[in-house]
Amino acid sequence: MTTTTTRTGLDLTDVTLTFGDGDTQVTALDHVDLTVTPGEIVAVVGPSGAGKSSLLAVTGGLTRPTSGSVVVGGTDLTALSGAALARFRRENLGFVFQSGNLVPALTAIDQLRLVEKITGRRAATPPEQLLAAVGMAEHADRRPGRLSGGERQRVGIARALVASPSVLLVDEPTAALDRRRSHEIVELLARQTHEFAVATVMVTHDHDVLEHCDRVLEMVDGRLSAV
Amino acid sequence: MFLALRELTFARTRFGLMGAVVALIAVLMVLLSGLSSGLVVDGVSGLLRSPLHAVAFEDGTKTDSAFTRSVVTSDQRDAWAARDDVAAAELLGTAIVNARSSDGTPVDLTLFGIEPGGFVEPAVGEGRAAADEGEVVLSVSARDEGVGLGDVLTIDRVGTELEVVGFTTDQRTFGHVDIGFLPLRTWQEVHSATPPGQTAPPEAYDTASVVALRGVDGAVPDLAAGDAVAGTDARTLTEAFGSSPGYTAEITTMQLIQGFLYAISALVVGAFFTLWTVQRTRELAVMRAIGASTRFLLVDGLAQAAILLVVSVGLGLGVGLGLGSLLVGTGMPFELEAAPVATGAALLLGLGLAGAAVATARIARVDPVTALGENR
Repeated sequence: MTTTTTRTGLDLTDVTLTFGDGDTQVTALDHVDLTVTPGEIVAVVGPSGAGKSSLLAVTGGLTRPTSGSVVVGGTDLTALSGAALARFRRENLGFVFQSGNLVPALTAIDQLRLVEKITGRRAATPPEQLLAAVGMAEHADRRPGRLSGGERQRVGIARALVASPSVLLVDEPTAALDRRRSHEIVELLARQTHEFAVATVMVTHDHDVLEHCDRVLEMVDGRLSAV
Repeated sequence: MFLALRELTFARTRFGLMGAVVALIAVLMVLLSGLSSGLVVDGVSGLLRSPLHAVAFEDGTKTDSAFTRSVVTSDQRDAWAARDDVAAAELLGTAIVNARSSDGTPVDLTLFGIEPGGFVEPAVGEGRAAADEGEVVLSVSARDEGVGLGDVLTIDRVGTELEVVGFTTDQRTFGHVDIGFLPLRTWQEVHSATPPGQTAPPEAYDTASVVALRGVDGAVPDLAAGDAVAGTDARTLTEAFGSSPGYTAEITTMQLIQGFLYAISALVVGAFFTLWTVQRTRELAVMRAIGASTRFLLVDGLAQAAILLVVSVGLGLGVGLGLGSLLVGTGMPFELEAAPVATGAALLLGLGLAGAAVATARIARVDPVTALGENR
């Protein structure tokens, strides 16, 4: 490798997100600060409605915060708009959704190739190799309908790594899985985080799987604190 | 196209059903187009296939059925012929009559009384032109009804006998009735109900139904100026079609049906792609979250619609033309013409794509945030 991307991880500084105004104002994120370094996996736990999804939406550039800055790899997302933001997402961010959220029409390998089409460039690690890394090489030609929940989630993780993101955002990856599979998936996430030096934020309800994470934070009423 | 093609195979039942509907609409379009062209040929091929540019009617005749009601004189013909922008002006007599062949079979005829050797005279494919009184050249389509060369047709009531001396090369009908081209003088005697062997009153030999006009170098003459001099009511050939029996009603009906067909096809395609897009909202949100541009998703969606439409309209055209070719030459008024079929296919494609575009535009409004949270 002659070129290496400088990975600087993720920096949220004093991020606040409010909806509505006056008496009906809801504060989803309340002066949140969060730093995740490359190769670190941080779990965020907390009750429903505490603002965990808002944290992912703001960090992923899907929702603009009311105030504060979101810096990924040296770029402040809050300064980007529209098409530039979409471009930034496809080049720097990886998403893992609940139950994989795969495209029903595509086989496992095509889920990864679709990302190559979207980004317009080849994956640094070939899709076949990424699938093998998550243990899905044998099911490369299966569509989501013929994969189990855990298998779908593995493909989802591989898909998130296609664009070699510097930040990986993971939304309740074990929501639809049994205990054994939950452990496997989070272990896999932690392993990939370390191997690809990604800064990973995982939002979860599942206290069982926290042992695999480097750090655990709790979110209550929009405030983030160490457990 | 990456996603478009894979979705087409993945959801092949849904796309197959939709494609079948579009293909059936295309079949219907071909058949209606053929019927439409057939009705035009059946209705006015006698005029359409004559080298006419305009027709001068008696001033004040109603548009409907003007051909059989109008009466013009040779003076009016002469007034038209004297004009600089008129290459030729001829008297043309039109009348719809019932006749019987020698074995008593009834034959419906439109009699076109023409000046022998004039420009209205049709090309004769079999036999010879009608030169003398009492001779008639029939549309080739009359042969299918059992009339042959040398047969003698007797016109009901008047009793005039017409000997069939020839058939035209192509179909010449007027108001769905075969045309018999006969010398103007014979037409004038039939029209004035002169019994065979007698002479009509002198003024009868001076009149016909309309003046057929040919402009110089294929241009339509100045009709208003000619009318002012000749005291007639001239219309271009296409306008004159409206004066042939039933023509306007038939064509308007066909156009109405075809118009509805195009509207239905655009709406059906639009509705299908609306449902399809709504069904895909979740995965569209996921792709947007991953960073897919609106352009990427729109191009993919439209390509999918285009592939579906091209394939199904193509299939429908094939089946329609196949079925249609079986109908050509039967008793049904049916003609396959390239231009109207091509226009119809282009309209189906264009309107279908427009319907799909309106539906696919929803893609731009999918919020990527909805990719987060619970699966619905």
